[in-house]
Amino acid sequence: MKKTLLSLAAATALAGIAAPAQAAGMDKVKACFVYVGPVGDFGWSYQHDQGRKYAEEKLGDKLETAYLESVPEGADSERAIERFARSGCNIIFTTSFGYMDPTNKVAKDFPDVKFEHATGYKTEHPNVATYDSKFFQGRYVIGQIAAKMSETGSAGYIASFPIPEVVQGINSFMLGAQSIDPDFKLKVVWVNTWFDPGKEADAAKVLLDGGVDILTQHTDSTAPMQVAAERGAHAFGQASDMIAFGPETQLTAIIDDWGPYYYERIKAVLEGTWEQSRTWDGMAEGHVVMAPYTNMPDDVKAMAEETEAKITSGELHPFTGPIMKQDGTEWLADGEVAEDGELAGLNFYVKGIDDQLPQ
Amino acid sequence: MRIELKKRENISSLFSILSPFIALGLTLIAGVILFVSLGKDPVSALYSFFIEPLTEVWSLHELAIKAAPLILIAVGLSVCFRSNNWNIGAEGQFIIGAMAGSILPVVFHGWESPLMLPLMIISGMIGGALYAAIPAFLKARLNTNEILSSLMLVYIAQLLLDWTVRGPWRNPEGFNFPETRNFADNAVLPRIIETGKTHWGFGFALIAAIVLWFVMRRMLKGFEISVLGQSARAGRFAGFSDKKMVYFAFLLSGAMAGLAGISEVSGAIGQLRPVISPGYGFTAIIVAFLGRLNPLGIVAAGLILALTYLGGEAAQISIGITDKVTRLFQGLLLFFVLGCDTLIHYRIRLVFGAARKGSAA
Amino acid sequence: MDMTQAIILTIMTAATPLLLAAIGELVVERSGVLNLGVEGMMIMGAVAAFAIAQLTGSAGLGALGGLLAGILFSLLFGFLTLTLVANQVATGLALTILGLGLSGMIGEAFIGLPGLKLAAIEIPFLSDIPFFGRLLFAQDPIFYISIIAVIGVNWFLFRSRAGLRLRAIGDSHTSAHALGVNVVRTRYLAVMFGGACAGLAGAHLSIVYTPQWVENMTAGRGWIALALVVFASWRPGRALVGAYLFGAVSIGQLFAQSRGIGIPSQFLSALPYLATIAVLVIISLNRRMTLINTPASLGKPFVPER
Repeated sequence: MKKTLLSLAAATALAGIAAPAQAAGMDKVKACFVYVGPVGDFGWSYQHDQGRKYAEEKLGDKLETAYLESVPEGADSERAIERFARSGCNIIFTTSFGYMDPTNKVAKDFPDVKFEHATGYKTEHPNVATYDSKFFQGRYVIGQIAAKMSETGSAGYIASFPIPEVVQGINSFMLGAQSIDPDFKLKVVWVNTWFDPGKEADAAKVLLDGGVDILTQHTDSTAPMQVAAERGAHAFGQASDMIAFGPETQLTAIIDDWGPYYYERIKAVLEGTWEQSRTWDGMAEGHVVMAPYTNMPDDVKAMAEETEAKITSGELHPFTGPIMKQDGTEWLADGEVAEDGELAGLNFYVKGIDDQLPQ
Repeated sequence: MRIELKKRENISSLFSILSPFIALGLTLIAGVILFVSLGKDPVSALYSFFIEPLTEVWSLHELAIKAAPLILIAVGLSVCFRSNNWNIGAEGQFIIGAMAGSILPVVFHGWESPLMLPLMIISGMIGGALYAAIPAFLKARLNTNEILSSLMLVYIAQLLLDWTVRGPWRNPEGFNFPETRNFADNAVLPRIIETGKTHWGFGFALIAAIVLWFVMRRMLKGFEISVLGQSARAGRFAGFSDKKMVYFAFLLSGAMAGLAGISEVSGAIGQLRPVISPGYGFTAIIVAFLGRLNPLGIVAAGLILALTYLGGEAAQISIGITDKVTRLFQGLLLFFVLGCDTLIHYRIRLVFGAARKGSAA
Repeated sequence: MDMTQAIILTIMTAATPLLLAAIGELVVERSGVLNLGVEGMMIMGAVAAFAIAQLTGSAGLGALGGLLAGILFSLLFGFLTLTLVANQVATGLALTILGLGLSGMIGEAFIGLPGLKLAAIEIPFLSDIPFFGRLLFAQDPIFYISIIAVIGVNWFLFRSRAGLRLRAIGDSHTSAHALGVNVVRTRYLAVMFGGACAGLAGAHLSIVYTPQWVENMTAGRGWIALALVVFASWRPGRALVGAYLFGAVSIGQLFAQSRGIGIPSQFLSALPYLATIAVLVIISLNRRMTLINTPASLGKPFVPER
């Protein structure tokens, strides 16, 4: 592995592809990560840390990493980022939306350090890049599975905060479900937290009590999976593979796999080819991965695999017209595909969702 | 064996000085045990915690930024606690102060006036003071326990801020993310010196500490505060009003918390977000006690506590311990300091054998 | 099980840890001690219960472990505030910081493991009563303990001599001391009881409510328990009502949402706290009620004169 990399770096240098400024590659790179939660949340921060470990494994002793966990958004995050910038980190990944302004502020003072901000939209300096994943692609698949598997024709959705990413997910899930069953019902509960196992369990119980038999969540804990398991319902895992918490319950899970991205970007720094970018990748690039399809009949499984393949190949885009907005007005005409820019600010539901989007 | 305390006739000046060092010594011992048991080199761990943050200029600035809200809130609270008013809702007053101070830069975004910052600061202080006036009113007029009412108001303030930044004050150009516009340049608290990041919040903290130290030490108001704090009845004989003191203490500490809030938002964050404080209002209570309710002591205590935060981060990076260890270590330090301060007011005796009958001496 | 029953059951499960922690703190405050470290003791109970259940394979032993962890942690608070008369507010806050840190360290090995669940106990015959049987007599052991605790503490405080002594200490430790009551020992026992309840409440979270360990899983429930004690004006029966009301509001809010009724959730979430302040005001308006119920020496340090 190491050898390949070395020769690769040499090849790049020889070919003179290498990029602007300090184009020459480096022998060793230090990558640093700022996490908003504990690495033990088994959700968002956990998955980022898995990505860090993946990159470490792939790059061996050419890579040194460091991380800070549970860093509050606000003044503390700016300090954490600056600390990394000063302590010799070559590239810094800041993994929460709230780190957006601090990342840009620090980046201004450290032009030689690369900054990568997850889920934000500001790149005010040439050394800042953003990255995110198209989780909604996975949501379309599970929406279809839900419509096939539900006996009541309805699913429950445990949502965190009404930001575009979550709204994309709800819409995409519903569009997937409607592609199978046009009358599918979706009940949404906003818990106003990313992470509170007790509250998520409460929401799960309330939804199941209310008659749905399939749960999906856009929060980070495994509690809804456990509740579904207890009640004999089905559920989809979120962020990480939660099969251990519901061996007979989980249908699949949408896994955030940051590893390939981290590996690519760190390698780019090593080789001197790093450039500012705004990455929003999905299944095709391996950023959104579906856990094995389990606890479902073969035909449903085949359908899910087919949809996944189509999305991966680009043949299918979940947001392809005709799509109506919730109020019945037209959003996308027949065959029209939503643009990334519009999706990034999505703040309305598609038709058929029986919930009011909190404003 | 048991431990017996006997109140000293006078405060021990020896132990006033020694007790922080004893506490530090115990913390170091506990730290060595902790780090060795985790398989880490204790010397470099302790170095990262207590020394490393002090070795670089930028880090000293960060120390001041982190300490500023803690000191500001704690000096206000010290007056409150000394007068026997238990305001533990400073976190809420911090938030409301920050919100009140943000009305101008958020709602009247684009207003160009040199009055912007002064008005923001004043409205921040007023906001904090008014929010603190609620438990004060309830206590003075209705005899409601202020510890509990002020604590409840914290949750309400947090939820109000959450609602505001997700709803009416949400940045219209921010893709629906829950945060307000960034403050314009004329609404950002300036740095004290150009070369470093420390903003005027730290200046306010030092000024507040010195002024309050002077008031407590040299002026009649300080005497009134202590007398009423020790015994409301004695205070009434001296012609002091304990009701007015309730208002005074709460409004003052609320204004300080509000000032801390708007300074943090304007100086360090630059916008309102759903969460603007990692618990400053509660940590400041500990700071107030670490500083023995003395404004100058609080400056030292605030800096030390801020140091453990920075040191904790340094240790996470340099020797790879988790932030759990940091918090555990912080908790231990607090316990030792709180415990050792007993020595100032009491003699401690170890009594062996059976308990004696408690005869009133 | 019909829907009403299911909803009520969900509310009861949500209320149980709050109720248990509140009952413990209620006894502590009745003895005149204010322990703000409930959150810290709860999280220690949660991690200890989960860890011991994993290691021994018995959820029952886990619950016991949570209880003991709560007691041990409360002794730390007791030593500082009762023996060394450190300030109770500051010590309680420090206890919470310590608990969140220590539990995170202990729990690192247990992240991502599905936990054991404490099995429900169906009481023969009683659990067959229509409607109520499933709700009241087919629950987990910690639920039964919470109800027994309410009844027991109520009896203890208002019907037993020891309870009378405890209340006397809470009202005036100096007079109680003069009458020959051992103030410090009684308070130690009260603090330990509070620790046991908080520890068991934490255990409920990690082995009944959501059988798993994650950092900070108490998510502020210890603070809600503190509010409940006041809401209850230091009466166990009212703590029960308060905990179930609180549970009903938080579950009802989720339920309303699932039915498509949109109200800003922050306002609903704020309701319990506003209600607590209102209750505080009402009980303090009536001077006699305040005198009867509020422990007058709450939070004040006590050193026996010798």
